[in-house]
Amino acid sequence: MTALLKQKSVRDAVYQIGFVGALLALIVMFALSARSNLEAQGLTSGFGFLARSTGWGVSFSLIEFDSNDTYLRVICVGLLNSLFLGAIALSLATVLGTAIGVMRVSGNRMAELIGTTFVETFRNVPLLLQVFFWYAILTALPRPRDGIDLGGIVFLSGRGIYLPGLNVGGGAVLLVFVALVATLGLWLWLKNARRFARMAPARKVRVSRSLWLGWVLLAVALLWAGRIAGTDLLTLPYLKGLNYAGGIRVSPELLACIVGISIYGAAYIGEIVRAGFNAVGPGQSEAGHALGLSTWQTFTRIRLPLAIRAVMPTLINQYVWLFKSTTVGIAVGFVDFFMVISTSINQSGQTLELIAILMGGFLMINYSLAWVLNRVNDAIRLKGTQLRS
Amino acid sequence: MARTYHPPTALQRIRRGYFSNRLDTAMTLGFGAFVAWALWSLADWGIVNAVWSAENREACGHGAEGACWAVIDARWRLILFGLYPFEEQWRSALACVVMVLVGGLSCLPPFWSARRIAALWIGGFAAFYILMRGGFFGLPEVFEQNWGGLSLTLFIFASVTLLGMPLAVVFALLRRSDLPWIARTMGLVIDTIRSLPLLSIMFTFAIVLPFVLPGWLTGDKLYRVIVGYALFFACYQAEILRGGMQALPAGQEEAAKALGMSYWHRIGHIVLPQTFRNALPPTINQLVITFKETSLVAIIGFFEVLASGNAAYGTSEWNFAHVEVYCFVALIYFVFVFALSRYGAYLERRMAVASR
Repeated sequence: MTALLKQKSVRDAVYQIGFVGALLALIVMFALSARSNLEAQGLTSGFGFLARSTGWGVSFSLIEFDSNDTYLRVICVGLLNSLFLGAIALSLATVLGTAIGVMRVSGNRMAELIGTTFVETFRNVPLLLQVFFWYAILTALPRPRDGIDLGGIVFLSGRGIYLPGLNVGGGAVLLVFVALVATLGLWLWLKNARRFARMAPARKVRVSRSLWLGWVLLAVALLWAGRIAGTDLLTLPYLKGLNYAGGIRVSPELLACIVGISIYGAAYIGEIVRAGFNAVGPGQSEAGHALGLSTWQTFTRIRLPLAIRAVMPTLINQYVWLFKSTTVGIAVGFVDFFMVISTSINQSGQTLELIAILMGGFLMINYSLAWVLNRVNDAIRLKGTQLRS
Repeated sequence: MARTYHPPTALQRIRRGYFSNRLDTAMTLGFGAFVAWALWSLADWGIVNAVWSAENREACGHGAEGACWAVIDARWRLILFGLYPFEEQWRSALACVVMVLVGGLSCLPPFWSARRIAALWIGGFAAFYILMRGGFFGLPEVFEQNWGGLSLTLFIFASVTLLGMPLAVVFALLRRSDLPWIARTMGLVIDTIRSLPLLSIMFTFAIVLPFVLPGWLTGDKLYRVIVGYALFFACYQAEILRGGMQALPAGQEEAAKALGMSYWHRIGHIVLPQTFRNALPPTINQLVITFKETSLVAIIGFFEVLASGNAAYGTSEWNFAHVEVYCFVALIYFVFVFALSRYGAYLERRMAVASR
């Protein structure tokens, strides 16, 4: 026996079996003890509860939902809400963050001062505190009757922000979104696939332009076709009794999350963008100036594209991290994926199954986000002879 | 004739930084006006028109022009100490001072050895725990349910770091193990935990774990959350350490092997010291994030400094003063986080000089 253990291969096998076995034993122990606990409460494990109706409603959902609908549907509602919040907050954070990053490398001391103050203020305070702060400010706005009127188009009140909207059915909006995803997929295919590698670059640009133009035309056509009959295409909010009618209501919960996450994210993205600009060598813009390009042209055609490419891998991690942070929405009562799961756990008691769905959902979202962004990175990154510093 | 270099005068520097061309001048004036307006309204609100003392709280409320710092004057004990018994709050304050002192001392080079830093942190942590919990030396006992405010934030941060750092070393070593099954399984575990939100991990440990653990292992809710957070921290930190290990030249470990050093000697004397040095800037960054995200325990129902801030303006007497309270709590976080991140930046510069 001891002689056998003196062989390295045997010892290695014992270590590995021991390690993996211990982890498996831990999982089995959890599962067994969970089952006995559930049986003591009279609950059956399994995913059958997904078809039961919930009996409770949600305050915000992109698809139709009422309390007779099933758990499966409420989970879809939460997932869609999370994706919705993530898409808006991440895009705003990118725009604002790029602006802040550009200000910090602009060479103008006053702009640098503003950028630095922004980054240091919002990066050094927890996101949760910022979301609480914006939520408190938004709910402390006056009642709808005394709401703040911005040009008769936008109204600010403690019940939410009212914006003008389009009278278009949800199906059409969904189709526009699906078309957007499909166009993005086709564009990435065109950029990456080997079968288009020999296409002339000018033709490639033309094809991709017509691809995007096609999407815009399709979107306009879909929105026109999907408008709700008997109403104007555009709907404006107006005061009716104690509240507003018409328009789109953005709840304080959603808005606090959007504002908080985009500002917090912008502070981080601004730092990343700044690092990207610093990574572009001074020779690049000097060469641009030598060729007679203006400062603006050098910036938009040379420095910005190179900086974005330099920081794309870091940005991808940042996006995944920011998306995970949308879960703070639960603190102010925004119905996101995490909140739906935790309410379902309270109501149905199917703890393990719901936790498994939560983990599966986040793994799926994060991996697909990282996958898509990595494909974008592959499509735009510099290859071979394009590499210069 | 050799030209001598003249450093630019102050006037030249100002001209280059603010007014180098027409666009630059326009930007300076526009942004300058914005900064002046922002500073003026901030000072007007926060200093000139502010109410400072709780005695004249009638002066603030709806329609007041300035900030109502009276709420801080009246409620600072609640924000800093939570529900800790009033007569014992000096202990909570002293415990915070001890923890800050430990943090400050570990920034000094004389403490940068594994043994000393471990002794410092374990000693400081024990002092903190004895002060907070009591039951020794004639101090009355105060249970964890009554802990709150800044000392709870510091307690969670310190225990997560203390628990997570050794765990991170173990995870990183397991992940780079030569044995494929161990390395792959550990990689799977780390990647899975890293792709989950911290909040869901805290929630799982606080609410769900009692279901799946046998009763004798359950423990207090606070400690379960800390263990969950430490696990999350360890997974992130393990990846940072792995990055630091990969930056080591392979020759280092091969030379140690050639000299006949055992695995533990190689790791303890060759690999880990250099790894920590390589990984110091991202580690500080991770500590900064960890400190900020202790605020998430407020959602799970703990009374740390953010939650006690919420409670401070939660009464009908002060319900208008949310901005002032959040500014105060933000300032507390800012002081800690800013100091830590500046220290990280200083270390990075110092190391850049050293490796030149």
